[in-house]
Amino acid sequence: MAAPSRRSVGLWSRLRRDRSLLLMTVPAVALLVVFNYVPLFGLVTAFQNYDPLVGVWHSDWAGLDQFRQLFGDPLFWEAVKNTLYLSFVQLVLFFPIPIVLALLLNSLLSQRLRNLIQSIVYLPHFFSWVLAITIFQQMLGGAGVLNQFLRVHDIGIWDIMTNPHTFALLVTSEVIWKEAGWGIIVFLAALAAINTDLYEASAVDGAGRFRRIWHVTLPGLRGVIMLLLVLRLGNALTVGFEQFLIQRDAVGHDTADVLDTFSFYYGISTGNYSYGAAAGLFKSVISLLLIWGANRLAHAFGSDGLYRR
Amino acid sequence: MTDTIAVERGTERADRTTAVGRRAGRGSRRPARPPWEEPPTAVGQTAKGLTLGGVVAVVLVPLWIIVVTSFSTPGAVNRAGGLVLWPDGLTIEPYREMLTDPTVRTALLVSLGITGVGTAMSMVVSILCAYGLSRSRSVGHRFILVLLIVTMFVSGGLIPTFLVVTGLGGYGQWWALILPSGVSVFNILVLRAFYSDTSADLIDAARMDGAGDWRILWSVVLPTSRAVTAVIALFYAVGYWNSFFNVMLYMPTDSPKWPLQYVLYTYVNRGNSLPGSLNSGFGTAHAQTAPLSLQMAVVVLTLVPLLIVYPFVQKHFRAGVLTGAIKG
Repeated sequence: MAAPSRRSVGLWSRLRRDRSLLLMTVPAVALLVVFNYVPLFGLVTAFQNYDPLVGVWHSDWAGLDQFRQLFGDPLFWEAVKNTLYLSFVQLVLFFPIPIVLALLLNSLLSQRLRNLIQSIVYLPHFFSWVLAITIFQQMLGGAGVLNQFLRVHDIGIWDIMTNPHTFALLVTSEVIWKEAGWGIIVFLAALAAINTDLYEASAVDGAGRFRRIWHVTLPGLRGVIMLLLVLRLGNALTVGFEQFLIQRDAVGHDTADVLDTFSFYYGISTGNYSYGAAAGLFKSVISLLLIWGANRLAHAFGSDGLYRR
Repeated sequence: MTDTIAVERGTERADRTTAVGRRAGRGSRRPARPPWEEPPTAVGQTAKGLTLGGVVAVVLVPLWIIVVTSFSTPGAVNRAGGLVLWPDGLTIEPYREMLTDPTVRTALLVSLGITGVGTAMSMVVSILCAYGLSRSRSVGHRFILVLLIVTMFVSGGLIPTFLVVTGLGGYGQWWALILPSGVSVFNILVLRAFYSDTSADLIDAARMDGAGDWRILWSVVLPTSRAVTAVIALFYAVGYWNSFFNVMLYMPTDSPKWPLQYVLYTYVNRGNSLPGSLNSGFGTAHAQTAPLSLQMAVVVLTLVPLLIVYPFVQKHFRAGVLTGAIKG
């Protein structure tokens, strides 16, 4: 059926033609407006002394007071420091693992074995954080399998779950356990897209197994790797929330508070909403700048990044 | 409109490649090693086997230990000095006791209810929206798409959202656990990418036969995209089943509306007793069950629904989850 061209049909008749399509988007748009766009306007509470009894419309304006107080708060800077540190540790330790696993899986010839291993390593991605941390606790905690073993052999106790000094490693291992397997998917798809002729050609030219990885495989993964790096950098201030909320009491707030838990504990728990909103706004603004900056960086390296120039 | 979002392009591109990969893999289960590739070395094979075996073990061994412990008698738990690595004395008593506990029973119903209602609602809303945006010539779809995508990068954050939900009277209400996280823009984009790929000939033919958009969605598009529907439904269901923090935010602490994840947190993670349970000391007042077995039975209970559904959906993963993976 030849569709009428845009020019010949007025806006009104096009609206009439597409009214069912537009109607279909209404529920989703309505939910997003109420729970995503309206809260954006709620950010004005960061510039108020928000009082839940009188609401956003009648609360006193505080100007930049909340931010002044925030920037003078050592607990806030501690949360910023923890966030950046954990982000960095995760980037270094987590990021390469899915790539290596994907390469290993991709080198398996048996499709059946590959599918089996994939379905097993994807599984923890679907666990809740409560469950994942409970499992870690049962394996590595004070009463867990590891310490059961150490106790039987009189080696003493090594409670990883409550040690603030190794907390960064602990939470990163948890993230690796839960998400590294799932992270493989993207790389497997990118690997499948690499033209096998390239491998053959370079093998004929005398390139060994590892030279082929370096000269064919990694360039083929470059786009995905850059995209994921940009996303990771843009999310540098987001390191997970429930994970820290659940483990905060075990290691203490000075180790486990990140920006998101900071807004929760010093905003909602204490009823100091404006203060928490200010911390949240700070995070959002910096995050947007980071996404923008990371994209510029990706473009500078000749990659598409998140959006094209 | 010069900015094209790469995430979206990424899906479409990647989907196409996986489709090609699948087709190539289907012909023979074990393709021969290409002639130009050097034969594997023993050291390399061993290292590969050990690494992959280790990775699989790291996932499966903890689950094995937890399941075995949950079926263990108090004697077995005592002999093991805690978690049981190998079946010693088995019993179903922990499960019997867990399922007679009022708090756990309510929590199970709450979790199943939230997951069922939430997933149904999210799927209807997302499928409609994805189809509504998938016809490339329709009026306004560009604008709505941008409206959706913006929310992936800009959000009011925790506190403004909390204030909106409580301001609408959501505190202590069921809908507060469902509606605020009711749509995932990523899931909509994945669905949309699939619907856009549905053959235009098929749709035009249906239109010639007098079918409207609702009819086309129901009789043409949905039947041809079962795999992605299953995957997205699993994503939503898992999200609702696992939700934990919003319970802390929107439910009073003494609420009977605890879902299972919250019971797991309180009873296993925290090691506290459950309010309102039999003899107010869930797991301690019963001699025939080791508290540890009971705890592990709760862990297993939170896993069971996932393990039931997972095998059926998991085989579709390669076809449709790439954007979801990027998000995580």
